[in-house]
Amino acid sequence: MYAYLARRLLAAIPVIAVVALFVFLLLHLSPGDPAAVIAGDLATAQDIDRIRAKLGLDRPLHIQFVEWVWRLAQGDLGTSIFSNLPVSRLIGQRIEPTISLTIMTMIVAILAAVPIGIVAAWKAGTWIDRSIMGFAVLGFSVPIFALGYFLIWVFAVRLELLPVQGYTPIRQGLLPFLENLILPSTALGIVYVALIARMTRASMIDVLNQDYIRTAHAKGLSRLPILLIHALKPAAVPIVTTIGIGVALLLGGVVVTESVFNIPGLGRLTVDAILRRDYPVIQGVILVFAVIYLAINLAVDLLYTVLDPRIRY
Amino acid sequence: MTANSLPQDFAVPRQRSRLFDTVRRHPTIVLGMLIMLLLAAVAIFAPYLGTSDPMKLNPVFRLRPPSERWWFGTDHLGRDLYSRVLYGSRISLQVGLAVAVVASVIGTAIGLLAGFVRWIDAVVMRIMDGLMAVPGILLAIALMALTKASVQTVIIAIVVPEVPRIVRLVRSVVLSLREQPFVEAAEATGTRFHRILIRHILPSAVAPLIVQATYVCASAMILEAILSFLGAGTPSSIPSWGNIMAEGRQFVTVAFWILGFPGLFLTLTVLAVNLLGDGLRDMFDPRMRRRL
Repeated sequence: MYAYLARRLLAAIPVIAVVALFVFLLLHLSPGDPAAVIAGDLATAQDIDRIRAKLGLDRPLHIQFVEWVWRLAQGDLGTSIFSNLPVSRLIGQRIEPTISLTIMTMIVAILAAVPIGIVAAWKAGTWIDRSIMGFAVLGFSVPIFALGYFLIWVFAVRLELLPVQGYTPIRQGLLPFLENLILPSTALGIVYVALIARMTRASMIDVLNQDYIRTAHAKGLSRLPILLIHALKPAAVPIVTTIGIGVALLLGGVVVTESVFNIPGLGRLTVDAILRRDYPVIQGVILVFAVIYLAINLAVDLLYTVLDPRIRY
Repeated sequence: MTANSLPQDFAVPRQRSRLFDTVRRHPTIVLGMLIMLLLAAVAIFAPYLGTSDPMKLNPVFRLRPPSERWWFGTDHLGRDLYSRVLYGSRISLQVGLAVAVVASVIGTAIGLLAGFVRWIDAVVMRIMDGLMAVPGILLAIALMALTKASVQTVIIAIVVPEVPRIVRLVRSVVLSLREQPFVEAAEATGTRFHRILIRHILPSAVAPLIVQATYVCASAMILEAILSFLGAGTPSSIPSWGNIMAEGRQFVTVAFWILGFPGLFLTLTVLAVNLLGDGLRDMFDPRMRRRL
């Protein structure tokens, strides 16, 4: 187990290295002078020189890369061009809403999707199943921001049930915290629900066709324990895999959701950084997202051993 | 009793046309195709569908709700939303198709190389893993942040995060086929490499490739809209659905139609492409039918 963990962590190094190299090269592969691009249309020659010196763009490429990686290894993600604050501190300030939104969405989506998938598998081939799968396709197709504004319009503007936008930290009370997160996590979670529900259904149908399920029926067990105890556990491995894969989808969606619902998280930080061409911030956020993604995938792989004792690392 | 004495009733039923058969068995393909064709027609014939100039400002009639005169209402500058949404379909279709084609071509080339050449495989797959570890939207945004916004740069910025999906698919097809006896036989008889590639490998990759390309198209349309919506996509002077929605966001409480109509069109378009993809997948791989 620990040997496996060590191997996986080692395997993550090249991936992170590729991301780091990509993020580093982004600035240099772009057509034109990156310093001029960052400075914007109104910059003078002095401004451009200043930015070039500040980013170290006047030194040879390989030296820039080594220095950058060296600072990165020490946890220094650089300094924001716009606010002059360390990128790591900016990220630290903004990470809480993003984590709350992501975790809330995962919980809501999994709690909704798995039962939906189980019902679809149980009623496979009927109109119930077909309409559930129809909704799943729709869920894949509706863009987060379109759904987000639709939800705002219905629940906040028309029905006035929930706040339109904004974010309240959990410290200021659980209820306002949840109130503010309901709509964003629904909008963000719908693709995720569709994905997990589909996989739950497929996996459950496979398991429900096994002989031991027929045996369980034959010995007179009622349907619910069969579905939830005998079938769900062996069906869980592909479902958990999908939950892991879907996290990438979720992390991408966070950027959009935060803009729609005015949540001051990492996504908003990124969007603001792009509009200001604050390149160190964009680089830092991409790296952080990649690390989160890899960490979640590792956690998912470790979960397999809990769900299926036959899998040993 | 001989076979000849069978009564007339047992005659083989008349073969129905294959087209009809396909339609009956794969309604989602037909539905998806129909919506796509309709949208393509709208995009091409936008000037003749009762639209006016989508850029024309008319500040007197700002934020008018949908009515007989303005079918979809007007935006904050008094521009006719019906015209803007119809013209917007051009951008979505353009970007979706272009990304699907370009990503498929590049991805197939890289995937074939990776599948056949061991040392390239190791390098390429690490790069693909790296690209896949970053959310596609972020990757596209980062690319857009460095270039001047135009429809072409949007297409390139979306191709990059979509390529790994194609590479993985093509590579896995190649790896599984290389072990097959018919490929080994072809190699043993001294068939040229490019001939093996074209005659024996590519045909098996085409079906899953088409399905994957459909999904890439759907995801590209969403990505384009998101990029434009965030202000990092299609230049704001061009009426794309994402741009229209970006402009309407501050009026969500008073003029929801500005967000609603482009959002509806975008959803419908992506839905059509996804239906098409699901239908094609079922058609090419009947074993998977009704499972996923």
